[in-house]
Parts: sequence; structure tokens; C-alpha cells
Amino acid sequence: MGTMPDGTQRDSTHGSSQGTAQLDDGITPDPSLPPTSVDESVRDAADRKWTPAKIALWAAIALLGGVAWIMLAIIRGETVNAIWFVFASVCTYLIGYRFYSKVIERYLLKPNDRRATPAEYKADGKDYVRTDRNVLFGHHFAAIAGAGPLVGPVIAAQMGYLPGTIWIIIGVVLAGAVQDYLVLFFSMRRGGRSLGQMAREELGLIGGTAALVATLLIMVIIVAILALVVVNALGESPWGVFSVGMTIPIALFMGVYLRFIRPGKVMEVSIIGFVLLMAAIIGGGAVAGTEWGAAFFHLDKVTIAWGLIVYGFIAAILPVWLLLAPRDYLSTFMKIGVIVMLALAIIVVRPEITVPAFSEFAGRDNGPVFSGALFPFLFVTIACGALSGFHALIASGTTPKLIEKERQTRLIGYGGMLMESFVAIMALVAAISIDRGIYFAMNAPVALTGGTVETAAQWVNSLGLAGVNISAADLAQTASDVGEQSIVSRSGGAPTLAVGLAHIMQQFIGGTAMMAFWYHFAIMFEALFILTAVDAGTRVARFMLQDSIGNFIPKFKDNSWRPGAWLCTAVMVAAWGAVLLMGVTDPLGGINTLFPLFGIANQLLAAIALSVCLAIAAKRTALKYLWIVAVPLAFAAVVTITASFLKIFSPVPAVGYFANNAAFAKALADGKTSFGTAKTQAAMEAVVRNTMIQGWLSVIFVVLSIIVIITAVIATINALRNTAAGRANVEHEDPAQASQVFAPAGFIPTAAERELVTTWNQLPAGERLEKSGHH
Amino acid sequence: MNPVVAGIRGIAGYLGKVLGADAYKKYLEHHAAAGHAGPPLTEREFWRDRTDRQDTNPQGRCC
Repeated sequence: MGTMPDGTQRDSTHGSSQGTAQLDDGITPDPSLPPTSVDESVRDAADRKWTPAKIALWAAIALLGGVAWIMLAIIRGETVNAIWFVFASVCTYLIGYRFYSKVIERYLLKPNDRRATPAEYKADGKDYVRTDRNVLFGHHFAAIAGAGPLVGPVIAAQMGYLPGTIWIIIGVVLAGAVQDYLVLFFSMRRGGRSLGQMAREELGLIGGTAALVATLLIMVIIVAILALVVVNALGESPWGVFSVGMTIPIALFMGVYLRFIRPGKVMEVSIIGFVLLMAAIIGGGAVAGTEWGAAFFHLDKVTIAWGLIVYGFIAAILPVWLLLAPRDYLSTFMKIGVIVMLALAIIVVRPEITVPAFSEFAGRDNGPVFSGALFPFLFVTIACGALSGFHALIASGTTPKLIEKERQTRLIGYGGMLMESFVAIMALVAAISIDRGIYFAMNAPVALTGGTVETAAQWVNSLGLAGVNISAADLAQTASDVGEQSIVSRSGGAPTLAVGLAHIMQQFIGGTAMMAFWYHFAIMFEALFILTAVDAGTRVARFMLQDSIGNFIPKFKDNSWRPGAWLCTAVMVAAWGAVLLMGVTDPLGGINTLFPLFGIANQLLAAIALSVCLAIAAKRTALKYLWIVAVPLAFAAVVTITASFLKIFSPVPAVGYFANNAAFAKALADGKTSFGTAKTQAAMEAVVRNTMIQGWLSVIFVVLSIIVIITAVIATINALRNTAAGRANVEHEDPAQASQVFAPAGFIPTAAERELVTTWNQLPAGERLEKSGHH
Repeated sequence: MNPVVAGIRGIAGYLGKVLGADAYKKYLEHHAAAGHAGPPLTEREFWRDRTDRQDTNPQGRCC
């Protein structure tokens, strides 16, 4: 310690007086203040003291969780009640949080509350602001959770409910939440530095550059496929197009209101926006019911895709206050509301699930919804909710600059991700609560279903699925219940989730008459989340690109230089737009071929983030605790690299991009005019082109990720060697400074924390406030 | 009825904080505590500055 971040010497009144506790952490706390941390021995004693009540509580949680898992995994009745999903997940999360995250805290991260967080030592009242832990939990959760956990589990339901459930729940405890927690903690110790900066510091030039390029490409893919989900949900749906389209004028109105009419009235404008949004959904039904409305808003997918591309460019160059910020308020507001509502509805309605634990497709690699075998493709199809690399960008963004005390990172990082996992479980429950025949009719590409209710029903019944027998009338009835012209081949996950949610919610509020409202409500909020992610993702990617080009042409580093900003925005939009159009026009059904690429991209990012964490962890802990990082990293690496290799080298055309490419190229060379699902020569040429691009994207991703992983392993070995030889490792953490505040670590303060809070509250107000003013 | 009103107030207050509605209040607190020389930004200026800084410092939103 000693110097402030700006280089000035620290106030000499700190540190010199005798009688201040001098632990071996090199921090000298302010002697005039009460302790800034609960005494280690007191905390340990409380942790290790098992009162009968505490034992009974955890035994009950373990027992309930165990029974729930048995009901899901072993008992094979006709149906299984959805409430068991809730119990199995929540009990496992509680145990993971109480026991496993504490292992990580105690042996790997070793947070120190005597040490100030960036929100304290860099406090500026704007970006670095100490934030109450409960508020920050909600804030962080709203930033990490979006459409991803709502879509992946729906698509993965093709394999039956059990593989997805196990991966979501176990994966989050051992991998996803661990990644979020580690990245958040390490970034916090580095003043809130981004993942890219940490990669550069820890992995050197090659590893850092590879990580940066991979991150940029991965963002393009993720934005493109999220956009594809929206396009698929809105295609040929006048109601959906109208109500989602209305979010733009609503957001613009909110932006103007906040900027010019009543600045800062965030809650007020959010409520107004919410009311307008509900009006847009109800109005959408009325508009779609009129002849002109149905004609005007009935758009095909290609038109919507182009609309989204144009919108994406404009939204990314408009000022933030006009569109992005207000829509973000709306999206956060909806997110928290919808998730609470869905949880309540599932607990109240408790639907019976008829989907089998393992479906007929679990053992095959040619499922109609996504292709590929259970291992590894189930693990990439469900990324968000189990392990999502994208979170590493958030956990090294805003959140570490707002954390009040080091020990709170466990609640925010690990706990926040458990919450997202719960959202994924609820999405899975919603998707499997609908009839399996309807599920497959909705999620298979047009090439298989034929696009009409008759052909779809015939195709579904020909699959020979146990207990599935649907009629064309069932499909038509479901479509009319939800206020759509057709639900056949509405792939992408969002429409299926919306039908499932409408099915559950109408039993909770409103009955069948409300189904159409609930369906479009669900489509609306998914589109809202995705559009916010598309807009923010384009902006972030544009800045990364500007920064990279700026290394060669310095002018580009200037963010306010319009031509540079517009050019880089156009490049990023063109990149994701091209992938989006490729998905929309793909004769094989875009989601079927592209969704695995989304999951692979997201989890390769997780592998990159975990690699950086491994290199950092190796400097601060003994080899024997490195498995905490090494296990999820190894798993993510094996899954994504295997999946990538299969996508690249598999001889099965349905799985391997190049095999498919070769099959179609050969068919073209043989002069065929129709091959497989491509009915024209132009469609066959499209397949040849698309598979080539997708194949090379896979190659680039996996090569970059392998470079990052190798450089991280080298950095790790070097760090361990240094430690063994007694040499000091280069430390990139900000210097430790004494904290001058105290706050509890978890939702519920412990007895010792309460006692300390009382002591702090007795201080005169003037002495309690932060003293970090250096302006 | 009071606990119900208090509960709704509490939820609304929490949501507001999650959205960042109290950002200006926190800025003023920081400004007062840190002993700046000049006067703080007005509420209108603060919110303008806040969104304008987001223009050059975008934050990702997750999938």
C-alpha cells in the first residue's frame, strides 16, 4: 500500500499510530473507526458451530432436494409434477451456495473486508459507487439474465427433460456460478478491469490478442443468433410485429421524457412505459384483427431481418439517452416482474409434465430441433443458465465498480448466477408443460413439417414418439388460442416458451380467453431483452473494434470521431447481419444449424474467461485448490472443442458443416436440382455457401480458444514454478488500501455482522462518511 | 392495511434502486462527503452527463 491510484501518497494520519490492528495483510485500518471486518476467528467459530436447529434445517433441505431428484430421475410414472423441478433446483442451489461457494471463498479467493473495494477507493459518485448488496444483486442479475436462459432449455427439451435439468442445475453449481464469482472477484481486485485487459496482463500479447479477437467474433455470433430468435418469433405474426415494433416509439418517448421533461424520474417513466407496453400488446390484438393491420404487419422473415439490421445500425449510433437507456429500464422492469410472476405461477399451478425423462432423440444425433448427439451438443445448446461466457463481460464491467465489500462478491457473483439458472429451469418447465406433439411441430424446420397443420401433424405422428398423437385440428386450435395464424415451424425457442407460458399463466390468471395476451406478452418481453442485447452488443463490439484498429490508425481510438464510429458500427452490424440473413434464408432451418454455433461461441468465451481465472488463481493459491477452476475449464474445453471438431470433421452431413458442404457440392456437380431439404438449385447453392462460412467460423473460434487455453496453461505452470522456487509472481492487483466502511456479506446478516453494524451506526454521521476525497 | 402499503412501498423502492433511480442522491452524498470545491451538478445536468458518458462507455447486456 502507500500510493493512491493517481500516484499521490496516502494521508499520513493513517497507519502511523500505535494500537491499530496490524494483521499480515499489510493494511493499517483507520484507528478512529470501528473494525471494517468481522474478526476472522469469530466468523470461523460461527461457521463451524452446528446448533441442532441449523443441523435440522440443512438436513431438511438435503432431504427435500434428494426426494425431488429421485422423483425426477428415478421414479418413472406417467407424469411428473413440475413442483419437483422447483424443489430439486432450489435445494441444490442452497447447498451449493452454502457449502461449495464457501470452499471457493475460503481456499481460493480469500476476500478481505479490511481492504477497500474500487467503489470505495475510486469513489466518484458516478461510475464507482458503493451499492447496497441487495440492490446490486438485482442490478447484476438484470444485467446477466436475458433471453438466453429462456431459449436454450426449450430447444434442448428435444432430448427429454432430465439431461437438460441435470446440466442446468449441476453445471451452474460447479461451473457457471464459479466462473461468474471468480471473474467478478478478480476484476474487483483490479479496479474493475475488463476481461480483455485481464487476459492481456495475464496471458501476454499472443494470448491476450487471441482472447480479444475471439471475444469480438463471439459477440457477433451471439448477437446474430439472438436476432434470429426474434425474427423467427415475429415472422408472419402481425400481432407480434405490431406490439414489438411499438416498443421503439415507447422507448423514444421515455427517453425524451427523462431528458427534457422530468429528468431522473426513472421509476415514474418505467411505470408509464410498462402501461404503454401493455396497451401495445392489447392493441396489437385489435390491429392484427383488422384486415389492413393483418396485411400491413404481416411480414416475412427476410423483411423482418432487414428491418432489424437497419434498426440495429440506427440504434447503435443514436445517443444512449434516446433509445438504449429507456429501453434498458423497461427491460429490467419487465425482467424482474416476469420472472417473479412465472415462479409464482409454476408454484401455484404445478403443471403435470408428460414429457419423458429421456426422449427417443436422446440416444440419436439427428433430432429435428437441433442436430448432434447428447454429448457434447446438449451442453452447448444450454449455455446460459448453466455456464455462460458472456457473463464474464458483465462481471468484469459495471458490477465490480459497485461492490461495497469484498465478501459480498459471493452473493452477487455466485448467487446471481444461481438465480439465472433458476430462470432456465422455469423456462424448461414451461416448455415441457405443453404437448410433445405440439413441441415438435413448432420446433422442426419447415423442410420437415411442410409448413401446414396437416403435413405437420402427419410428420409428427410419423416420428413414432411414445404417447404422441396429434391432429391438424389440435395445431390449428393452439394457434387460434394464442392469436396466431399458425404455430407450425416456429423454431427458435421463443414461441414455444410463449405457448408454454401462456398455457401456465392462463391457469393462474385469466383462463383460456387470456392465452393470446399471455403469448404475446411473452414474445414481447423476449424481444425486448434481445433487442436491448443486440443494441448494447453492437455498441460494445464497435468500441472493441475501434480500440483494436486504433492500435494501427490512432485516429480510431477517438470515440467521438463520427466517421470512425459510424464505420465501425457499420462493420459490426454488417457482420452480424450477414450471419442473421444466412440463418433466415437457410434451407436447413437456421436455428437447427446455427444454434449449436451460438452455444459453442458462448462456452468458448467461458473457456477463455476460466483460462484467465486459472492463470490468476495459480498465483494466489496452492496447486491443490486449482481444481476449483481447472474442473469447469476442462469440462468447458472438452465440450466445446469436441463440439467444434464434430462440426468441422464429422462425416455425418447433419452434424458436420464441411460434410454437408461436400454432399451439397457433389449433388450440384451431379446436376441435381433438388437435394435433401433444399428444393431448388439456388437453395442448394445457399447451403454450400452457408456451410462453408459456418465451418470456417468454427475453425477460427476453436483455434483462437485453443491458443488462449494453451497460453493460460503456460502462465499457470510458470506461476506455480515461481511459487515452488520461492520467487514472487508479478501481481496485477491494485495496491491494498484500508477500507473505511462496513456492510454485511449475505442477504441475512450474521450475529457478529449485526453487532458490528450497530457499532458503526453509533458513530456520528460525519465520521461515517467516506473520506476518500481526492479531487 | 399499513403493512401492505409498506410492503408495496418497499418493493417499489427496491425496484427503483435496481433501476438506478437513486443515482443522483448518491452522487450528492458523494459530492458532499468528498469535499469538492465547486457546487454539484444539478439534477438535470447529472442525468444528462450520466447518459452521455454511456455513449462513450457502453455496457453489455447479456443474452
